Amino acid sequence: MTTPPPWAAEGGQQTHAIAKNDDVVRARQLARTLAQESKLSLVDQTKFITAASELARNTMVYGGGGELRAGLVRRNGRLGVAAVFDDTGPGIADVDLAMTDGWTSGLGLGLGLSGARRLVDEFLLDTEPGRGTTVTIIKWAR
Amino acid sequence: MAKQESVSGLVGLLEADGEALADEWVALVAGALGGRISRAELVRELRELYSALLEAIRSGADDAHAEGMSEVRALLTELSRSRARQGFTPSETAVSVLALKRVLEPGLREGAAEKTQAYLQLSRVLDDLALFTIETYTHTREDIISAQADQLMELSTPVVKLWDGVIAVPLVGTLDSARTQVVMEKLLQALVDTGSEQAIIDITGVAAVDTQVAQHLLKTIVAARLMGAECTVSGIRPQIAQTIVALGIEFGDIVTKATLADALQLALMKSGVELVAQQGLQR
Ligand SMILES: Nc1ncnc2c1ncn2[C@@H]1O[C@H](COP(=O)(O)OP(=O)(O)O)[C@@H](O)[C@H]1O
Ligand SMILES: [Mg+2]
Repeated sequence: MTTPPPWAAEGGQQTHAIAKNDDVVRARQLARTLAQESKLSLVDQTKFITAASELARNTMVYGGGGELRAGLVRRNGRLGVAAVFDDTGPGIADVDLAMTDGWTSGLGLGLGLSGARRLVDEFLLDTEPGRGTTVTIIKWAR
Repeated sequence: MAKQESVSGLVGLLEADGEALADEWVALVAGALGGRISRAELVRELRELYSALLEAIRSGADDAHAEGMSEVRALLTELSRSRARQGFTPSETAVSVLALKRVLEPGLREGAAEKTQAYLQLSRVLDDLALFTIETYTHTREDIISAQADQLMELSTPVVKLWDGVIAVPLVGTLDSARTQVVMEKLLQALVDTGSEQAIIDITGVAAVDTQVAQHLLKTIVAARLMGAECTVSGIRPQIAQTIVALGIEFGDIVTKATLADALQLALMKSGVELVAQQGLQR
């Protein structure tokens, strides 16, 4: 069981379904709104939005659809933004392989997972074949 | 036997005072639509509907989804579509059917038990037909909305000719996969149509470039090359550049320029156009 992100008391977290292409766009918009609210710099906002876009698409394409929970987080007084992508799809059998730059089981660039990890401060991949995949990302304001 | 009776009951209900009934029906619907459809048009629509309904019931159809009701449903489909296109509300669409129930009510007051029975039965059919109009209406609205979205997508991705042999496409906003695909196809087509050998893809207005958008860009640039054209990507803002690097996307030997102006200058140079500042002209 993964520990949940330290959701901030003041920021209401939101849950969105991810099933269609439109949902990926919506996930990105939510990521943008929250990244702005958490006072991230413009570069960090763009990095967080892009990571969210990658993971949302993976949830849709490989996870067969799922759910996004996102909101502001606070730890030791520091504000940030977190997003949890959750699916009950096939899971990832070889995590090292999936996290390898350029490796894709589909037709992508194979840079979504590994790239997303580089774009955020905290990246947690929890997956099990047959159970599904949960990816949690956090970006802290500086 | 029972069926025979119920059919004749329904037919009787509709046929009694057929003319007066149709007039009242038209008047009720016309009132609800506030004169936004001509009376002649309404008369035509509702008369057709009336005879089709009568015909269907005579043939023994006592259910909105029955085979015998297909003509009625066809007419209602037509009616619902045209209401949806003209901007009427769902209620203003369903009223064409529901008003008939209202018109039939007064006949019930002095009515016998069988008449009430027939009314209730017809009423159920009409309710289902009214729901049918609302469903058709909704489908039509959905079609209209998705057609508008397509148009908007086309509109928001113009390929412009900047110079003889130089075209450009400014990308703006959120790039989803469908839109990027459309832009890229338009760009390649425009290269052919204008006989251009230089294309500029300006991403100044793009909020984020993820691996999918990058992949579409890269594929387009390769395709353009195969067609003998060169692409320059301009307007990569600092935050986008840093994100692309962190993602690990390789732009390889793709030419990039800070601004659209720089890209245009390069494209002109490559197509052999020389820009000369005029002597003695003060700036
Ligand atoms: N939610 C998921 N469920 C199952 N497999 C996944 C999921 N996310 C990623 N993967 C696997 O990891 C691989 C690498 O993902 P990614 O780095 O985003 O590259 P790409 O999307 O280009 O394939 C995918 O090709 C897929 O096999
Ligand atoms: Mg991916």
